[in-house]
Amino acid sequence: MSENQKGKLAVYWAASCGGCDINTLGIDTKILDVAAAFDIIMWPCATDGKVRDIEKLSDGEIDLCLFNGGIRTSEQEYMARLLRQKSKVLVAFGSCAIEGCIPGLANMNNRQEIFDTVYKEGSATYPENPDDLRPQHETEMPEGTLYLPVFYDTLKTLAQTVEVDYYLPGCPPEPENIWKALTAVLEGTLPPPGSVIGPNTTVCDECPRTRTEKKIKKFYRTWQIKPDPDVCLLEQGILCNGIATRAGCGALCPQVNSPCIGCHGPNDGVQDYGARMISALASVIDSEDPDEINRIISEGIPDPVGSFYRFSLAGSLLRRKKLHTSHKD
Amino acid sequence: MSENTFEPKIVGFLCNWCSYTASDLAGTARMKYAPNVRIIRVMCSGRVDPSFLLKAFSLGADAVLIAGCHPGDCHYQNQNYKTMRRYSMIQHTLPQFGIEPERVKLVWASAAEGQRLADAIDELSAEVRELGPLNWSKNWDENGRRLEALEDIAKEHEEAMEVPL
Repeated sequence: MSENQKGKLAVYWAASCGGCDINTLGIDTKILDVAAAFDIIMWPCATDGKVRDIEKLSDGEIDLCLFNGGIRTSEQEYMARLLRQKSKVLVAFGSCAIEGCIPGLANMNNRQEIFDTVYKEGSATYPENPDDLRPQHETEMPEGTLYLPVFYDTLKTLAQTVEVDYYLPGCPPEPENIWKALTAVLEGTLPPPGSVIGPNTTVCDECPRTRTEKKIKKFYRTWQIKPDPDVCLLEQGILCNGIATRAGCGALCPQVNSPCIGCHGPNDGVQDYGARMISALASVIDSEDPDEINRIISEGIPDPVGSFYRFSLAGSLLRRKKLHTSHKD
Repeated sequence: MSENTFEPKIVGFLCNWCSYTASDLAGTARMKYAPNVRIIRVMCSGRVDPSFLLKAFSLGADAVLIAGCHPGDCHYQNQNYKTMRRYSMIQHTLPQFGIEPERVKLVWASAAEGQRLADAIDELSAEVRELGPLNWSKNWDENGRRLEALEDIAKEHEEAMEVPL
C-alpha cells in the first residue's frame, strides 16, 4: 500500500463460530488504529460489505484478508476463491481455517448423517419434520429456480481450497497475538510467506507447572482426579496435549487445572498433530507388557480421535473417517 | 480394478539391525514371499513415527508392516518398546477412522529369522487381499455437483439486478 493511502482490509467467516471475530474486536480501542490504517471493506460480523462489491474489485486490490472458518459449503468455497483472487495477503485466521477445528470433527460423519441429526433427530425442526424435508441445492418454484449452497460431505481447510499466505493459530487467536500479527503487517515485518505467525515451541515451555520425568501407569479423565496445582498435569495422568501443541497462549488452560486440548495446533514441521500426540504419549507410558499397555490405553483414552484430533481432524493426513455415502441428499 | 486382480500395496518399515537383515537373509536363502511389500529401511522400529503410517495410507497404501528386533534385543536398548506402545495406540485409533486394525502389522524378526519375516509378509498380503483396497484419498471426493454449484453462484450474481443509485 502507498504511504498516504489507506489499505483495504477484509475479514470473512466461513464454517466457524464467530469467536475469531469476537477476539479480533478483543483488541479493544486498538481497533481504531486498524480502522485508521485500513478501509474495512468487508467484515460480515461487524460492518456492512457486499459480495458483489468485492467481485468488482480488481485482483489483488485487498491488501489483507483475515479468513476464519473451514470450508463446508459451495458458498464458502466460492468466497474463499473470490477473496484469494482479490487479496494480496490471505491469512488463515484461527484453528477452523487452518485445520478444521470443532466444525471439522463433523468429518467423523457424512452429509447424510449430519442432516439426519439436524432435520430428523435434532432441534432445528422442532417440533417435528413429518415429511422428512431436507435442504436441496435446487428448488423449482413458479417464479423460477432457487438455489442453496451445496453442503459437502467433508469439511476442508482453507489451504486445501486455495493458496494461503499466513496462518494465525488459536481457537480463537488471542487478542495480543492478533494485534502482534496486525502490527507485523502494518510495519512490514511479516515472516516469509507460508509461515505460522507465532512461536515455534510448545505449551509446556510456557507452563509454570513443575516437570520431572513422565511415567504414566494410568490415564484419568478430568473428572476422575483432583489435580495437584503445581505438578505437570500429564505426569499426574491427565491427558494434557501441551507436549504437542504450539505455544502462544501463555498456557492458559493448564494454569487453571485444565489440560491443554491443543487449539493452537502443531509446531512447524509436524504433518499430523494426532500422530505427534500418539508418538509422545507412547514414550511416557510406563509399561513393557503388551497386555498392560493395551489396558492402559483402551481404559484411559476412550475416544482417541476426539482426544488427539479435536482441532486438527480436517487438516490431518487422513482428513476424515472412511466415507460411506451414496451421494444422495 | 476388479476384486480378483487386486494386488495389495504394502509399505514395510524394517529396522536396520534385525529385520532388514532378516529380509536380506530371506533373499539370499531364496525364500519365496509375496511381492506386495515395498521395504523402507529405518535405523530402528522406534523411528517409525505414526505419521509415516498415516501418510502411507493417505497416499494409497493398503497396509503397513513394521518389523523390528525382539523386545529386549533392541540395538538402542529399549526403543522397540516405544514401537510396541505406539502400535497399541495406533490399533486403538484406526478403527475410529473406519480403517481395519489388521492393516497395520507389527512383527519381531531377528537377523536370523528370514523365514519368520517372509511368513509375516505372506500372511499380511493374504489378509489385505481379503480386506480389499483401502483407496483412502477417494474418501475426500466431493459430490460431482460441487463445481457446478460454484459456477451457479457466479452466474446468479451476474444475473441479479443492479440496485439503481
